[in-house]
Amino acid sequence: MPQVSMTVNGKPASGEVEGRTLLVEFLRENLGLTGTHVGCDTSQCGACVVHVDGQDVKACTMFAAEAEGAEVTTIEGLAEADGTLHPLQQAFQDHHGLQCGFCTPGMVMTGVALLDRNPTPSEAEIRDYLEGNICRCTGYHNIVKAIMAASGQDVSKIAAE
Amino acid sequence: MYAFDFERPTTIDAAVKALQSEEAQALGGGQTLIPTLKQRLAMPATLVSLTAIKEMQGICEDDQGRLCIGGATTHAQVAREAAGRYPALADLAANVGDPAVRNRGTIGGSLANNDPSACYPAAALASGATIVTNDREIAADDYFQGMFTTALEEGEIIIEVRFPVPQAAAYAKFEQPASRFALVGAFVARFDDGVRVAITGASEEGVFRWSVAEDALTADFSAGALEGLRLSGEGMISDLHGSGDYRAHLAGVMTRRAAAAGG
Repeated sequence: MPQVSMTVNGKPASGEVEGRTLLVEFLRENLGLTGTHVGCDTSQCGACVVHVDGQDVKACTMFAAEAEGAEVTTIEGLAEADGTLHPLQQAFQDHHGLQCGFCTPGMVMTGVALLDRNPTPSEAEIRDYLEGNICRCTGYHNIVKAIMAASGQDVSKIAAE
Repeated sequence: MYAFDFERPTTIDAAVKALQSEEAQALGGGQTLIPTLKQRLAMPATLVSLTAIKEMQGICEDDQGRLCIGGATTHAQVAREAAGRYPALADLAANVGDPAVRNRGTIGGSLANNDPSACYPAAALASGATIVTNDREIAADDYFQGMFTTALEEGEIIIEVRFPVPQAAAYAKFEQPASRFALVGAFVARFDDGVRVAITGASEEGVFRWSVAEDALTADFSAGALEGLRLSGEGMISDLHGSGDYRAHLAGVMTRRAAAAGG
């Protein structure tokens, strides 16, 4: 079986994979990083979003072998070593941006990617960017609010629904 | 997924060689092929990933002023880098799928697959683009040969797509809300020598040029010039998302919207 090597959350990671091993399988099963979720497994829901060389991608629709040599960041890589949450993780907590929590890793990784490119997105831009992330609890309102709050914008006028 | 060998060459030559092996298949960004493999609808012996080939990535301009886009360039990159030179094309790329899909999916992959509801075929056909493979150059008018069917031979890969840049252009699509593919999309492009109109998502034959609308827009480039023009529902895709007649109607609406936006 081919060997694959990449950097995951700043640390070298390698392992033997099949050609058909998906990146999300490598992360969850080889590395034990189960924060990245598999929701639909059909590239619709976005629960599996991770960053590969700074790009948000669906880890269920990319082979592990395609991440050879890449820098991969998963939800486990966002918080500081001392446990201090990433500002967007903290905002999700502060604004109740999750209900069951299943979609949350993908929502946060997608939100971080958006804020990297667009530090103060409008509500419409956030909703547009979350097009590929599905929340079965339909808790979008507070997810959008959390992303706006993490970007330093005033969310007091957004009704809590 | 059935098992397969995986190769990730870094040059076009190595990829072409790898694709000569029995039952080998090229893998672009994988946003269509990987779901297809998961459903066991494809069974390649070897999958040859094109994502590590640097010479197939990026956008430049040739000496004829054409926008040349590497076959392995992602939709996200086209959306960012073509915006200044060919805004309608960048706009189309910016609305394929969702952001994560756009970060992986490639123009070459989309054109090689020729999904009847994909956006890029409409841009390539309406722009009169040239599809450059490892072997030859193919005019868009000869390239698209029906649903999921192209002029590509076995093992032939799209190296680059060259787009003549129109004076004015726009793409309008009516999105299928679940898949984000076009239920129907219309790309309108005006050049010195006339207007080209390509319709995707509608016909059972895949993307096609609507010549009657082209003639009308060449005479008068405005939405009004299309008043009264209708496509027949015959030969249009009919499924649970819309009947053939509905798609024919949408094609007219999308063409008028594109003409209004481009005019």
